[in-house]
Amino acid sequence: MKGSATRRDPGLAFVAPFLLVYVLVLILPMIHGVWLSLHIVDIWGDGHFAGIANYARLAADPVFAQSLGNTFLVTLMIVPLLMIIALGLGLALNRATRGAAVLRGIFFSSAVLSVTIVTLIWRFILAPDAGLLGELAQAAGFEPLPFLSSPELALWALAITTIWWSIGLPMLLFLAGLQQVPGDLYEAAALDRASRWRTFVSITLPSLKRTTILVVMLQTAAQLQLFGQAQLLTAGGPSGASRTVVLFMNEVAFGRWELGYAQAAAEVLFVIILAVTLTQYWLTGRAGEGEHGR
Amino acid sequence: MEYDKAVAPRSEPAKLRLVPGLQLRGVSKSFKSTAVLDAVDLDVGSTEFIAFLGPSGSGKTTLLRIIAGLETADSGEVILDERRIDLAAPGDRNVAMVFQSYALYPHMTVRENMAFGLRNAGVGKAEIETLIADAARVLEIEALLDRRPAQLSGGQRQRVAIGRAIVKKPRLFLLDEPLSNLDAALRLRTRVELAQLRTRVEAGVIMVTHDQAEAMTLADRIVVFNDRRIQQVAAPMEIYLRPANKFVAQFVGSPAMTILPARLADGGEHAAVTLGCGARVETRVPRADLPAASALEIGLRPEHVRVSESGEGPEAQVLLVERLGERSLVYGQLSDGGLITAEDKGTSSLKAGDRVALAIDGASAHLFGPDGRGFHGREA
Repeated sequence: MKGSATRRDPGLAFVAPFLLVYVLVLILPMIHGVWLSLHIVDIWGDGHFAGIANYARLAADPVFAQSLGNTFLVTLMIVPLLMIIALGLGLALNRATRGAAVLRGIFFSSAVLSVTIVTLIWRFILAPDAGLLGELAQAAGFEPLPFLSSPELALWALAITTIWWSIGLPMLLFLAGLQQVPGDLYEAAALDRASRWRTFVSITLPSLKRTTILVVMLQTAAQLQLFGQAQLLTAGGPSGASRTVVLFMNEVAFGRWELGYAQAAAEVLFVIILAVTLTQYWLTGRAGEGEHGR
Repeated sequence: MEYDKAVAPRSEPAKLRLVPGLQLRGVSKSFKSTAVLDAVDLDVGSTEFIAFLGPSGSGKTTLLRIIAGLETADSGEVILDERRIDLAAPGDRNVAMVFQSYALYPHMTVRENMAFGLRNAGVGKAEIETLIADAARVLEIEALLDRRPAQLSGGQRQRVAIGRAIVKKPRLFLLDEPLSNLDAALRLRTRVELAQLRTRVEAGVIMVTHDQAEAMTLADRIVVFNDRRIQQVAAPMEIYLRPANKFVAQFVGSPAMTILPARLADGGEHAAVTLGCGARVETRVPRADLPAASALEIGLRPEHVRVSESGEGPEAQVLLVERLGERSLVYGQLSDGGLITAEDKGTSSLKAGDRVALAIDGASAHLFGPDGRGFHGREA
């Protein structure tokens, strides 16, 4: 129809600036990335087409395999703990008192710090010789734990630092979720003789299901890309025990200048994150059917 | 409960006769500095249907929530079936509540919603099944048992909420504005169902409502609330025919009763009054009942003021005519400026600006003293 066509043209003009930027900084680099991952290329030369050679090399690279394992492991350490702590804080601070408001602000404040400051703070705490934890352990008569220099503990150091840094947003999301639970459900439960625990399990937790799904998906996607803490706190060490995939990419691209190879690792991580979050969405989406409204 | 033993001797046996049913003794409640209920006393029979009627903010919902245990009274006692319950947990009071919003658990099926309270009370699986099946049959929700609240219509949710209360076999049902979320047609149907329901349950019912039609049609007795206090407790027609005070007289009945200033005039055994416009009205209120003051107010329901066919009676100017079909309501202004509501036949040809004469049925008139107290004809 002529009328709708003329109406669409000015509409297009309005979204054009956004579309232009979107294509330039997102779509084109994504396509270029795939192209790059199929080439052997450094930043000085043009490189040449290599097919799936980069991917084949990745599959056989023990360093990549180790960093992939580290990434999964640290994500598994962070996400469940983060969920439990954020939910606990949300439950404890879901009240309209001045004290709760102040504490909400305090617990959220770590989220506004940059990764350099966060890792600096945690260096002071985790350093075995002069760190806070070490001093405390010694005062209590224990041997201080070498968080930053032990291959077994380095990932825990990353996990603890990350949880402290990123607790604010999940806590706020849980608080928002809790405030959406209608108060009369709790009153009905009280009249139904539900104990505090039964009320929590049967009313609060099911009501937070959507929030929980959201937090798990956001955090999983974020932690699979963990980078700054690993680089600044442990530099991936000792002997690669805390090297994550993004840190591996960083080393390959800007240490060894093998752009195609690094890009191939990035494509693999991209597919993994997509697969994991889609799987979570699919699993929880089916279980959550029929829960719209009440 | 240890509590029961501790309390029984403390209460005064002469004043407090313990009988089955609900008794409220001196229940008061304030939120911060705002008083909501002021020393409320009330007795409800063990199978009585009571309606709490009153405007918003009159304290009726707060009193219901105090009985349920969702609010704590500042002072006073709540006694159900000879047991003081005001310090017991909501779940231990033998009461069930139907919330205005229904408050169904959204992630549970209808069956689970109804079973939740029974499971928490430790009722056996087989018995729970029986109780749910019985309630579902009575409420005709058997086909809905495996659905979730989101998959139900408003009326169905309402039934489930009632079902969740019934299966607990409480001694007292508390209904908070149970019909207010339903559309007009469904509300009428559910009203009939509520009336039938009460014949099936061996328990008292207290229903909070601001809809006088609901209260009039359903309740054995109506408790009219206003301004933190109970204004009157009586059977529906008693409330309508013999309102205890000016507030009850104007709140119950639609359209509201006309209230006009009136002076006591000379006369015989029954009081006669003179209205501001000069008209004399012979009431059936015994003169001996009235207070000494001569400045009174007269209350006239619209059906007792008719547009006069003969043209005799006080004159009024018509302000507005509402044609309701079987009758018309005529809002008019008397010569002294007083506003009055009268009735005319359904085919009334009156229009705003007309002048009409009114015939006042003095025998049905109510009188109110300077303090607002109501006086009525003996045989009315």
